[in-house]
Amino acid sequence: MKHTIAAMVENKPGVLARISGLFSARAFNIMSLTVGETEVSDVSRMTIVVKGDDKILEQVGKQLNKLPDVIKVIDFKNEEFIDRDLMLVKVNASKALRGEIIEIANIFRANILDVSADTMTIELTGRETKLEGAIRLLRPYGIKEMVRAGVVAMSRGRK
Amino acid sequence: MKLRGAEIILKCLEREGVDTVFGIPGGSVIPLFDALHDNKKIKLFLTRHEQGAAHMADGYARASGKTGVCIATSGPGATNLVTGLATALLDSVPMVAVTGQVVSHLVGNDAFQEADTTGITRPVTKQNYLVTDVRDISKTMAQAFYLARSGRPGTVLIDVPSDIQKAECEYDPKPDSSIRGYKPSKDGNPRQIKTALNALLSSKKLLVYAGGGVISSGAAKELTDFVRKLNAPVTLTLMGIGGFPGTDELFIGMPGMHGTQAANYAFQNCDMVFAVGARFDDRVTGKVSAFAPHAKIVQVDIDPTSISKNVTADIPVVGDCKSVLRQMLILLGGIQKTPDYTSWRKDIAVVSKKHPLCYKDDAVLRPQYVIDRFYQITKGKALVVTEVGQHQMWAEQFYKFDNPRRFITSGGLGTMGYGLPGAIGAKRACPDMEVIDIAGDGSTQMNIQELATAKVYGIKVIVAILNNSYLGMVRQWQELFYKKRYSGVLLGSQSSKDQKYWPDFKLVGEAYGLKGMRIEHKKDVDAAIKEALAFKETVVMDFQVAKEENVFPIVPGGASIDQIIDMS
Repeated sequence: MKHTIAAMVENKPGVLARISGLFSARAFNIMSLTVGETEVSDVSRMTIVVKGDDKILEQVGKQLNKLPDVIKVIDFKNEEFIDRDLMLVKVNASKALRGEIIEIANIFRANILDVSADTMTIELTGRETKLEGAIRLLRPYGIKEMVRAGVVAMSRGRK
Repeated sequence: MKLRGAEIILKCLEREGVDTVFGIPGGSVIPLFDALHDNKKIKLFLTRHEQGAAHMADGYARASGKTGVCIATSGPGATNLVTGLATALLDSVPMVAVTGQVVSHLVGNDAFQEADTTGITRPVTKQNYLVTDVRDISKTMAQAFYLARSGRPGTVLIDVPSDIQKAECEYDPKPDSSIRGYKPSKDGNPRQIKTALNALLSSKKLLVYAGGGVISSGAAKELTDFVRKLNAPVTLTLMGIGGFPGTDELFIGMPGMHGTQAANYAFQNCDMVFAVGARFDDRVTGKVSAFAPHAKIVQVDIDPTSISKNVTADIPVVGDCKSVLRQMLILLGGIQKTPDYTSWRKDIAVVSKKHPLCYKDDAVLRPQYVIDRFYQITKGKALVVTEVGQHQMWAEQFYKFDNPRRFITSGGLGTMGYGLPGAIGAKRACPDMEVIDIAGDGSTQMNIQELATAKVYGIKVIVAILNNSYLGMVRQWQELFYKKRYSGVLLGSQSSKDQKYWPDFKLVGEAYGLKGMRIEHKKDVDAAIKEALAFKETVVMDFQVAKEENVFPIVPGGASIDQIIDMS
């Protein structure tokens, strides 16, 4: 099972290392980890997607909470939340195939960021399943390079 | 008035009540040692290895309940602390390490004696800091001590580049030590405590299982009162020894791999476990799926990650053992009728009587006998520190402790080489106690250089080496589980023709200007112990004990705790 957790952490050196060290030391399986600034300048927010059962998830939450540099842990297990990943993908695109690729991009509401004589670079934001769907359709053209930013998440509503 | 960073560090140590630091200087901490030179309040113990310094600070902390402090230089000085930090962290010992770092502008340049100290020590510290501004020292030190001794105690390291030690600023005597991401729960939830107590009182076969949390929170009295009030059987983990009187008939011994048959029987047959400051370590539970099959579990621990980590707790209480037990005792005061555990205790007593801890009392000089004699002659009043291995288990089995902080041992990490420096630190904390380091010949050699520290500072400990010329615990496993194929365990001569052994520990003691003794016969043990007790300085005692003695009972690794191999 995949779970998404967010952690508000001190925005200072060594904190990312302590958290990634915790995950490797305790053999937790991280699928994705992102860090970025928040509305408060000295607080960063990490979004972590882990794989494991409820017991492992409980330990992950507790272990994160135990770190003095972690201010707050948000577990999205029991609440509605929005999550998004961002991907840049460069595909082979000869002049003849451009139209087809643009069509796929439109269907996925992707942006075309760059075009060269034989490639196109596409930006796509969405849930993981959407990104994976686009990748499946683009793969036959030949993916030259791909990068994903990792999942960010936020709970729905006023919370 | 402006002070140098090094002076501020010492001001902070004084502020925290530190009277002793253990350490070794080096290029990057010369400013700090320069400041120590003029300091009248803090006594420096110059050790012979930084690992020794870390273990001494640890032994000092465990014996006194205060926070231990060690100092090392950058690079190799700091890396030598790593085992000591890991030892202390795993046993929840409050300790602060201050390390020097290369000058700020060289950090990250592979400078001479540079190591990424905060990077290397991150997994072995509760928190660590690299100070980059002299104005941060006071606050960082305050946070370090607060973190080290609050919540589940642990290790904190502060890495200070040498230029920061020399830089000047105003000293802030009262910095804010609060940390917004750190708020340990002390008192526990009152309703949960009530629920937990009610569950305990509904049991027919209660087993109280207490660990190191009782010692570190100072809850021995509360635990003792609670257990006596209920008249329930109690088992103590290696870290919990002394948390309840070892001579009390309610105490049924340590559980687990080398625990008593009675304690393991109690786990496997009880209907309720009351875990207090104990973390269901694998050495206690054996095969988890077969552990305490009929029991509900009430668990009190200050560290939420220790609850339901290995064994799921039915009723968890996050809080300090002392505070939670106090609240339970108050609630108990209003309860007229508590369960009667008489017949349950009788069941356990039958097992105890049938399978007591014992050893062969014949003409041979056996290691258990030596410990037994130490116990009898010191009337159980000594402070015992151990190395790690067979002797450590025998010390737990044959020396009984009625008070907390009297049995000091590396339980979690199992660090060979802990005993001698640990004993020196403990003696510094408790100068009026007789301190005995129960040691093996293998472990002793891992930090034997600290005999010099003992000599130079006039620290008296008794180093009782139970010399069997083997790495005995591994030898025992090879005998029992690897068809007696002894691989890499013989410390004496590798030639089968002679039985030579090096070093001669008696001469080693003498070489350090101390007293050395060799005891070869059982009949000489009492006189030797008495002579050692009467001596003013450290004594190195080389007991030539039976070579292939085993620790019994033993539960094989990975087996259920009722699958016990005992002395035949």
